Amino acid sequence: MNKDLSSALRPAIVMTLLFAALLGIAYPLALTGVGQALFPAQANGSLVRADGKVIGSDVVGQAFTSDRYFHSRPSAAGDGYDGLASSGSNLGPTSQVLADRVKADVARYQETTPGRPVPPDLVTTSASGLDPHLSPEAAFYQVDRVARVRGIDPAAVRKLVADSVEQPLLGFLGEPRVNLFALNRRLDAFGAKPPA
Amino acid sequence: MTFQGWLLIIAFVGLLLLLTKPMGRWLFALYEGRRTPLHRLLGPVEAGFYRLSGINPAEEQGWRRYAVHMLIFNAVLLLFTYGVLRLQGVLPGNPLGYDGTSADLAFNTAISFTANTNWQSYGGESTMSNLSQMLGLTIHNFLSAATGIALAFALFRGFARREAKTIGNFWADMTRVTLYLLLPLCLAYALFLIASGVPQTLAGSVDVTTLEGVKQTLALGPVASQEAIKMLGTNGGGFFNANSAHPFENPSALTNFVQMLSIFVIGFGLTWTFGKAVGNPRQGWAILAAMVTIFLAGVTVTYWQEAAGNPILHNLGVAGGNMEGKEVRFGIAASSLFSIVTTAASCGAVNAMHDSFTALGGLIPLFNMQLGEVVIGGVGAGIYGFLLFAILAIFVAGLMVGRTPEYVGKKIEAREVKLAVLAIAVLPLVILGFTAIASVTEAGLAGPLNKGPHGFSEILYAFTSAVANNGSAFAGLSANTPFYNGLLGIAMWLGRFFVIVPMLAIAGGLAAKKYTPATAGSFPTTGPLWTGLLIGIVLIVGGLTFLPSLALGPIADHLAMINGQLF
Repeated sequence: MNKDLSSALRPAIVMTLLFAALLGIAYPLALTGVGQALFPAQANGSLVRADGKVIGSDVVGQAFTSDRYFHSRPSAAGDGYDGLASSGSNLGPTSQVLADRVKADVARYQETTPGRPVPPDLVTTSASGLDPHLSPEAAFYQVDRVARVRGIDPAAVRKLVADSVEQPLLGFLGEPRVNLFALNRRLDAFGAKPPA
Repeated sequence: MTFQGWLLIIAFVGLLLLLTKPMGRWLFALYEGRRTPLHRLLGPVEAGFYRLSGINPAEEQGWRRYAVHMLIFNAVLLLFTYGVLRLQGVLPGNPLGYDGTSADLAFNTAISFTANTNWQSYGGESTMSNLSQMLGLTIHNFLSAATGIALAFALFRGFARREAKTIGNFWADMTRVTLYLLLPLCLAYALFLIASGVPQTLAGSVDVTTLEGVKQTLALGPVASQEAIKMLGTNGGGFFNANSAHPFENPSALTNFVQMLSIFVIGFGLTWTFGKAVGNPRQGWAILAAMVTIFLAGVTVTYWQEAAGNPILHNLGVAGGNMEGKEVRFGIAASSLFSIVTTAASCGAVNAMHDSFTALGGLIPLFNMQLGEVVIGGVGAGIYGFLLFAILAIFVAGLMVGRTPEYVGKKIEAREVKLAVLAIAVLPLVILGFTAIASVTEAGLAGPLNKGPHGFSEILYAFTSAVANNGSAFAGLSANTPFYNGLLGIAMWLGRFFVIVPMLAIAGGLAAKKYTPATAGSFPTTGPLWTGLLIGIVLIVGGLTFLPSLALGPIADHLAMINGQLF
């Protein structure tokens, strides 16, 4: 047993240092180099710039709470869509806190459409708190409000949403969804154009 | 439940079955120490590593030496990561200026990653520097996975060798698996992830001015390099707090599909490798059939419950399935499937918050871990855990017909059965014992976020996840306290190494035995009867012990949920 112990020490220490250099330093640095060279946009977070400022990422969600925009889902990341504190609510199915929160959000959405069932993603927090998407149902649910606040034709807004729906890959990978950052930018661009 | 959802599940399992043999063959080449096409490139690295550390890869080790070398190596790795985490504040590669972590957190995290658990008491992006992620954590993702596969090889040799004193060389097994399997696969995999939108940069964060004019700071870092091995090595420790739910870790349905495949692919392959090693691939397929059956049963229950949704929310005017804690791009089908994959394997990555699942939807992930994660299981750990159950199953079969049982040519006698029971008993003892302690102490009861039975489920899930070396959580539990960091750290250590040592003792004992050829009186271990017996033993021996605790947690929670009772 003692011989087993002493014979293990040198390999254990040297192997730890060698693998640390290979897997902890060389591997991630090599990938960073290759990744930055081949896919610079994605490797840096798929950022979108306007007027020299970073206005968002194609991948990560941001908060939309103004009635002028399609609202994002509620978020448990920090105070909402905190990119340094991703998190879900972790509230269980029998949580009073969850029920109270959902009740308040449902009431807010049903103010204008009493009794119309709310799509589930619209009043639930995502797992990351940074969900970039809404279901098409949750986006269509908000068309009338957005159109009213912006003073544009609901049919035009509805068409904007319909054009923004992304379908599952190969028909079964993923869900039909709308990227909110993209949809709300299109909405802004639409508003900027003179009415036809 | 939808047609598309089932198509996803069927495509997933079908693709894995196609990958089983190719992956199994590659693993078999490494098991045998054969030359692979990659040796031309990486052979000199392997040889150099042996030379510098004074290892003769051809030197065979008995089970005691194999175990001691594996343990010392893991202890040194543990100390190394403990040091990196404590010194994080003064080391480079820390763009966000984080301090060194507390002693109890460093203790917990170092054990966690050494034991292939990757329980995260910390929020990744708000605690760990880029260097800590790379040097402290990524290396464990490789080496704990390689250690698991090496240990499986050792047990395979126990079954395959005849009247032998040795079961291989730990250093050679571990190094070959790392260099010729994990590293090359991860390089390709990580590039795919980067192309799909996973960041890989040394920058710490970027400031965004949103369309509404609010400042949002997005954490960045070398994410893809860690993500690849996190899945392939069934580690599960995310770069970010939200793990594979974070859009930067798992940006699309396609990356999600590949992530699920990569959790399982080595585990599927190892069943074939086992069959080949003992001279009959059908032995491997019989095991895989039992695993896949239990897996599909679990998927069905969780998917059904999540798609049905929460009646409490339905009464509030919300339509449809349970989307609390789920991402729209994955939806209910891919979130349910992922939760079963990650807990059947000892991965612990999550793409949805298990804490917010419906009561029975969340019961299955918990139950998967309580079975000991032998349904595919962690890389290496799954198959050696399952073979312990196989020893019990053949013993029970032997009792029924009244003769000494044999399995793949080896007589299974009292010593093997005793050691197998010892290894299997670690799980209920530590899980239930520690859960009981936490449930009656002030420090333990300070942990749960949710009240009522769901709060108990959070504690039970934490200790189950720790002992089973999974690492997923009912994450509402505030676990970053000295109480939980300490107790969970001990639980993870016991759950990993108190299973491994008896298992290696079995391997050593089996290797020394003579080959016993099958006769007309032998119980056939390749057909559906054997598969059925395996399923029964796993469910009864592995699962029944936990039924009372499940009744107090998720089952009580379910009854409250359907009666509309809130806590």
